[in-house]
Amino acid sequence: MNRVNTALPAVLPAAVELNGVIKRFGKNEALRGIQGRILPGRLTGLVGPDGAGKTTLMRLMAGLMAPTEGRITVAGLDPVRDSMALPDLIGYMPQRFGLYEDLSVMENLRLYAGLRGLERRVHRDTFHRLLEFTRLGPFTARLAGQLSGGMKQKLGLACALMATPKVLLLDEPGVGVDPVSRQDLWRMVQALTDEGMAVIWATAYLDEAERCAAVLLLNEGVLKFDGVPGELTARLQDRSFKLLNHCHDRRALLSETLHLPAVCDGVIQGNAVRVVLRTASQRDVIEAFAKKAGAELQPVAPRFEDAFIDLLGGGPGGVSAIAQKMAPVALDSGIVVECRGLTRRFGAFTATDQVSFQVRKGEIFGLLGPNGAGKSTTFKMLCGLLRPTAGAARVAGLDLRTASSQAKRQLGYMAQKFSLYGLLSVQQNLEFSAGVYGLEGALKRERIAEMVQTFQLEKCLNSAPDELPLGYKQRLALACALMHRPPVLFLDEPTSGVDPVTRREFWTHINGLVRKGVTVLVTTHFMDEAEYCDRVALMYRAKLIALDTPDALKAQARTRHNQEPAMEDAFIHLIQAVDAQDAAQSRKEAA
Amino acid sequence: MNLSWSRLRAQIIKELLSILRDRRARAILIGPPLVQLFLFSFAATLDVRNVSIAVYDRDGGRWSQELVASIGAATFVGRLVTALDAQQLQEAIERRQVLLAIDIPETFSRDVAAGRPAPLQVIADGRRANSGQVALRYVENIASNLGATIQAAVSSSGGSLAIRHWFNPNLIYRWFVVPSLAGTLAMFTSLIVTALSIARERELGTFDQLLVSPTTPAEIIVAKAAPALIIGTALGMLMVGAGVFAFGIPFTGSLGLLFLTMLLFILSIVGVGLMISSICATQQQAILGAFATGVPMILMSGFATPVENMPAVLQWVAEAIPLTHFLIIVQGTFVKALPAADVAAQAWPMAVTALVTLSAATVLVRSRLQ
Repeated sequence: MNRVNTALPAVLPAAVELNGVIKRFGKNEALRGIQGRILPGRLTGLVGPDGAGKTTLMRLMAGLMAPTEGRITVAGLDPVRDSMALPDLIGYMPQRFGLYEDLSVMENLRLYAGLRGLERRVHRDTFHRLLEFTRLGPFTARLAGQLSGGMKQKLGLACALMATPKVLLLDEPGVGVDPVSRQDLWRMVQALTDEGMAVIWATAYLDEAERCAAVLLLNEGVLKFDGVPGELTARLQDRSFKLLNHCHDRRALLSETLHLPAVCDGVIQGNAVRVVLRTASQRDVIEAFAKKAGAELQPVAPRFEDAFIDLLGGGPGGVSAIAQKMAPVALDSGIVVECRGLTRRFGAFTATDQVSFQVRKGEIFGLLGPNGAGKSTTFKMLCGLLRPTAGAARVAGLDLRTASSQAKRQLGYMAQKFSLYGLLSVQQNLEFSAGVYGLEGALKRERIAEMVQTFQLEKCLNSAPDELPLGYKQRLALACALMHRPPVLFLDEPTSGVDPVTRREFWTHINGLVRKGVTVLVTTHFMDEAEYCDRVALMYRAKLIALDTPDALKAQARTRHNQEPAMEDAFIHLIQAVDAQDAAQSRKEAA
Repeated sequence: MNLSWSRLRAQIIKELLSILRDRRARAILIGPPLVQLFLFSFAATLDVRNVSIAVYDRDGGRWSQELVASIGAATFVGRLVTALDAQQLQEAIERRQVLLAIDIPETFSRDVAAGRPAPLQVIADGRRANSGQVALRYVENIASNLGATIQAAVSSSGGSLAIRHWFNPNLIYRWFVVPSLAGTLAMFTSLIVTALSIARERELGTFDQLLVSPTTPAEIIVAKAAPALIIGTALGMLMVGAGVFAFGIPFTGSLGLLFLTMLLFILSIVGVGLMISSICATQQQAILGAFATGVPMILMSGFATPVENMPAVLQWVAEAIPLTHFLIIVQGTFVKALPAADVAAQAWPMAVTALVTLSAATVLVRSRLQ
């Protein structure tokens, strides 16, 4: 790297200072008095669920809005008053970076260099440096619109770094980026902070917080924590455990665990159940429970997410009211979803290549993969929304593309980004879903009332879904999908962007439904969620590269250094194995 | 055809709500009709006023003086210039001093008196073609009135310029425009409402949700057609009402037949709108598509220029445009009590178009599933 380092003064002044920052939009208070300092030369995570106020704070720091009250200083300047000087000192990468998709990588760089007023004679060197840094060198001629999610973020980063800023603001750079590219982004950010830059990384993924040197944890506009992430997780010392090697249904076990007053949070991890206690002194309670259940109790390291749930006063209970009311599913065949040699080509591009698998009744089947791996295409073919080029997909023994209306009632579908009718109120959305699935009269009223009660939608019945927080939108979407009590449930990225508490609530319902015999097919890019699945199919470059239980997949990635690999490690391990194989193949062909 | 009333009702309610709860959509539905009604009816009139006319009276006889006096007294004439020779007459036109130049031959009074055809030369300024043509009509009208008077006095055949405008003898522009607006506005509204409908769902991602539900493509089409039918017909009927009550245009035909043919007309437009919508991915594309098809349809329908003046090929195209037929029906129903047989003659081509466009839309929606 041939970047010129600016000499750092002996005592580091804060890169960003926040003094009682309040931002209101009409009646809505997005930020409620944020106080904090962000230091140069390190990575600061701005962490919190969707709607916590992260983006608002980012935009305030970038000088795109003025705070309602309070003061912000960025690199010694007031972002609003000194807005002319600010662009040279900060780099800002918004959530969807303003790349021009019809321009090539190089043209985008040139455009941003021009916008930044970079002198023409330094273009060559700057571009060379940035392309080398982001490893985008081989793709300069490719249109930005045709880059993968990870490459787009890297190009966005390159554009934001054009003027060698002192403060770099990255708004959710990890969204839509597969784990491999994410690692690349971390590496680049590391290099930047080493040079003294203050990098602020906003994220809703709580696991990303653990990698930051400092964390500002936001929830509903309130700063919940400011400090080193380890400090927060240290509070959870001796409170996190795993229940292993039990002979129960893990979903039933989780539900029972969550019943214990001593337990503040619990999730499924493969075949194990992970629990967090309210206080360290309650260890005997969980020990007694483990003994009764015949499970082995293993203390585990606390995670940032545990700490977050703990800060919010614990997760939801383990009982799904919807699932309780539902009668057990009666389906004749044991195999509910089946696809054989499923292939879809778009012109010369193969989106899904010879994918075959079977999903048994009462199983949660996960479809995982980086963006553009062919998950969505496969999913759409299964739902009957897309015709396969070759092969066949059957749900409950039927091809949904040609199935009758009666057959389609077997299916519940929750689309990506919770496709709701934004122009209709919540009540009208519920009524539409009930009506379109043929529910009428008393039954319709009863089911709607049931959904409203279970998902606590009373307060927002008259608002439009677009005005609701993401968590509520997700609840409404699930309510609409479950209205007709389908025996098969298709969920496309059902919890993306949703806060951890609502996510747990969601899985409580799904676990409850599965115990009644509902079959669930889910696509996700949350590695944690893959743990809830009975089996996981991993897709990469249009192909199915692995299909097994989460525990078995993780076991494959076990190394001497990493005895307890996480799902993400398994994912990276498998993808790298395929890449290595492909590289060897092409070398052989070349020789 | 597999239709379930409960599914259909849910969808129709959804469609109507999506339009009526959307502030922008409401603005599109209410704003343009009011603006157009105002513009076309009051402001953008084709009536010509304050016309300057030059007259070279070679005859100077009784009838030519009568003619000049009538023209001079006509309300549309602002200034009457007397030319002393053919040269002056020509210059008046060339220098844009006058819009029309009238050359009355020496034999005019003699011909009229003798009951022979009395030719009269009128030169219109071609640079101002539209107003020239209209003013020319007015002069023709005056000449023919004169002919009628002469007829009574001399009791033989009248002047050769006898062109009569039946049904709208005073050529009141509004009598033509307001009824036509019932057609064009109903068309544009239903075209936009339907063009947006599927594209909106696709843009929001709700279309996939709809496709995996038990609803059938036929139900989707029916549900999407319903709001356009309701809103388009309401708007069309409102314009008919405005024509009768606000503008006092005589309504001589059958309201029931007009209503039925309006439904048929809007159905055929709904088919076009749905075809646009099923191939567009975003609402922006759909709006562009609606204008790209709607504007040529209006231009070729006879609203702007007479269909008879078009080249033969375009006349065939015009025959396929439902608006062409509906304009004939609505104009005829207003002023000339169009008989049922004539209504039927214009209605069946619309029925054919409706059948073709709606089937094509169903096929397109179905093929989008694959």
